[in-house]
Amino acid sequence: MSEKDPRKHEADLHPDKPRGATPAAEETAAVVALDTAGGAMEPSAVPATAQSGKLPGGPDTLVRKIFTGNGMVSILAVFLALIIGGLLIASTDEQVGRTSAYLFARPADFLTAVWNAATGSYIALFQGSIFNPRGSSVGVQFAPFMETLTIATPLITAGLGVALAFRAGLFNIGAQGQIIMAGILAAWVGFALDLPLGLHLLLVLVAGIVGGALWGGLVGLLKARTGAHEVILTIMFNYIALYFLRYLLNTPAFQRPGDSNPISPILDPNAVYPQILGTQYRLHLGFVLAIAATVLVWWLLSRSTVGFEFRAVGANPKAAQTAGINVSRSTILVMAIAGALAGMSGVAQVAGTEKVLTDGVAATYGFDAITVALLGRSTPWGTFAAGLLFGAFRAGAVQMQIQTGTPIDIVLVVQSLIVLFIAAPPLVRAVFGLNPRRRKPAAAGTSQKAAATGGAA
Amino acid sequence: MKTSLRAHLKRGSIASVATMGATALLLAGCGAPPEAGSPSATARDYTGCIVSDSGGFDDQSFNQSSYEGLKKTEKDLGIKVNQVESQTNNDFEPNLRAMVTAGCDLTITVGFLLGDATKAQATANPDSHFAIIDFGYNPAIPNVKPIIYDTAQAAFLAGYLAAGSTKTGTVATFGGIKIPTVTIFMDGYADGVKYYNEQKGKDVKVLGWDKASQDGSFTGDFTKQDVGKQLTQNFLDQGADIVMPVAGPVGKGAGAALNEAKAAGKDVKLIWVDSDGFLTAPEYKDIMLSSVMKLMGEAVETVVKEDADGKFTNTPYVGTLANDGVQLAPFHSLDSQVPADLKSELDQLKKDIVDGKIKVESAASPKA
Repeated sequence: MSEKDPRKHEADLHPDKPRGATPAAEETAAVVALDTAGGAMEPSAVPATAQSGKLPGGPDTLVRKIFTGNGMVSILAVFLALIIGGLLIASTDEQVGRTSAYLFARPADFLTAVWNAATGSYIALFQGSIFNPRGSSVGVQFAPFMETLTIATPLITAGLGVALAFRAGLFNIGAQGQIIMAGILAAWVGFALDLPLGLHLLLVLVAGIVGGALWGGLVGLLKARTGAHEVILTIMFNYIALYFLRYLLNTPAFQRPGDSNPISPILDPNAVYPQILGTQYRLHLGFVLAIAATVLVWWLLSRSTVGFEFRAVGANPKAAQTAGINVSRSTILVMAIAGALAGMSGVAQVAGTEKVLTDGVAATYGFDAITVALLGRSTPWGTFAAGLLFGAFRAGAVQMQIQTGTPIDIVLVVQSLIVLFIAAPPLVRAVFGLNPRRRKPAAAGTSQKAAATGGAA
Repeated sequence: MKTSLRAHLKRGSIASVATMGATALLLAGCGAPPEAGSPSATARDYTGCIVSDSGGFDDQSFNQSSYEGLKKTEKDLGIKVNQVESQTNNDFEPNLRAMVTAGCDLTITVGFLLGDATKAQATANPDSHFAIIDFGYNPAIPNVKPIIYDTAQAAFLAGYLAAGSTKTGTVATFGGIKIPTVTIFMDGYADGVKYYNEQKGKDVKVLGWDKASQDGSFTGDFTKQDVGKQLTQNFLDQGADIVMPVAGPVGKGAGAALNEAKAAGKDVKLIWVDSDGFLTAPEYKDIMLSSVMKLMGEAVETVVKEDADGKFTNTPYVGTLANDGVQLAPFHSLDSQVPADLKSELDQLKKDIVDGKIKVESAASPKA
């Protein structure tokens, strides 16, 4: 993803390049550039060959297209990861271990134990994330789903930030730091100021979004001005944000009066998101804002000029530059918007679920967001769906741990496997027998090459 | 040609691995199945539960000690035990709620980060009992028992011991993160050295912590052992020969640096914290002078037992030298290197602290 990045210097070479003769001509040129770049919708962060490469040999039937398309690979990757996760659960299960000792005397016991361990855990996962049939009322039965939505909220908005940057060809690892900076500002406004209802929450939201946007925009600025690589920048900015947060939590201004633990005062009741479906659920207004953000990003990417420029830059920055798009400006702007979206996650954390600021405010959402964006193929609604899925994993994992004793870390393993499989679509296709039949050895060679590229991603 | 050879080799190796695996399975799977229907019994209808913070139950620190304490009651008292780890701070509330719904009689929460969540659940469920490690409430909550420690008392003894054992006249300490449960060790240690200086007219210096300004050396977290090693190296370069790391697993970094110095011919010593390092970190037992022990497992056991017997109170359990909640560990293999005079002085000192003749104070001391 990084080696093919010519835009870096391009932006510096022609900062004031005159615009094309007519806007219409510009647009046409850019469209041509996009098309020739191949797969305008693809994030450049993952090699195009690994994602959507034309299948070598074999007729491209409609069915095959559906099954080998990106969406199908995502779904199959999740499915495959769940199967392997199930086997892992089974392998650590006590009953499985016991029955394996007499596998040949009574193999049915062993197989039953494997089946029970895996399905038991996944049923608990489902009950903890979607629907709990043992609930006393409909409200209680759907409480797990509300929990899923709650946990999905910061994942969706941070994921959108990462996805948007992907589309502009930027690999934004910095959601974690952006969430933290947003959390700091939003929390401070929330506990230090005393403002009327409505205004206070609005200010908390604005403070968080501004905090994230500044932290992200700064990366964009440094990249545009100096050509520094955004991956290095965002990683370093994550550290700066975290240590800045820890420093602040050691100052009395961010501690509770009479207490020196690194935990901020509780946010003012006026400064927190209202619980939209009643106090029995943690689901808060932030989720509605996450839906709004998804719509906004969709509109931005597919309906607005700015979004068109982002995509053009992401597809081929040189062509975009030639077509008169200001690449520097796009870089700064897209990072600022990405930071603002991640900032919404920070607000969802401090004003939605936690209501205090600690050094765990960002949890691992900044990094999970990368997976979410990848799984969602960097499309707004794909990211939204992936965020819901990961929210369900996280919410369900808590129940799974309590009901079946399955370690909560298994969810992390499943998440990691999903990333692995998404990065290697030919592998996933091979597992499900969806790779095209090879008639000639030459075709096989091409396919292997694609696999190698996919693996590198 | 070359490729086909490689393919052949590869296939061969896969086949042999498969054969080996199958053999292993065959051998492992030859046991006899158990008879159907084995009796199981639970002695007491009582469930004790525990919720960790994001460190998890394998943090080699307070989550682990508390968990092990609870696990011990499972056997000793015949109660049921339920445990759940939090991966992030977001998990606290659902985890606690799940514990209450699962019918836990007593739920133990570990650490100040769970303070707010425990308070919320305790207020919403006045009939359930809770205990929280290393955190107290002001005002108290009727159904929450804080388990806190006056660690400064034992650390005071460690400081006195270090001051009495140093050859260079300089001792050191460092912490993981600057939080009260860490700085209380460092306060006591610094005071112990100061007391030794006053009594003996000596001038033993403490590196890494200044009690007056409440500032000193910290590694920044409880995971990066190399930072602990680096800090310890700095202390050694500045002439320190005894180091007390208050940083959980990061203490191993200090141990590694001291082991290296020892191998290079320096006479250096380590003071461990939380548990008896001679037993829990045996790789450093040749330099382990003593440990400042904070017996969390025992406290958890006591609290669970009290609650199971129907004697729950919300009075904080405060671990002190008097109730053996905090202790100075035995000297083990370095016993011969501690002079008899120093030993008897330490015994006297402990008595004086227990009797209240000597007051050990720290800004982080539990206010009870």
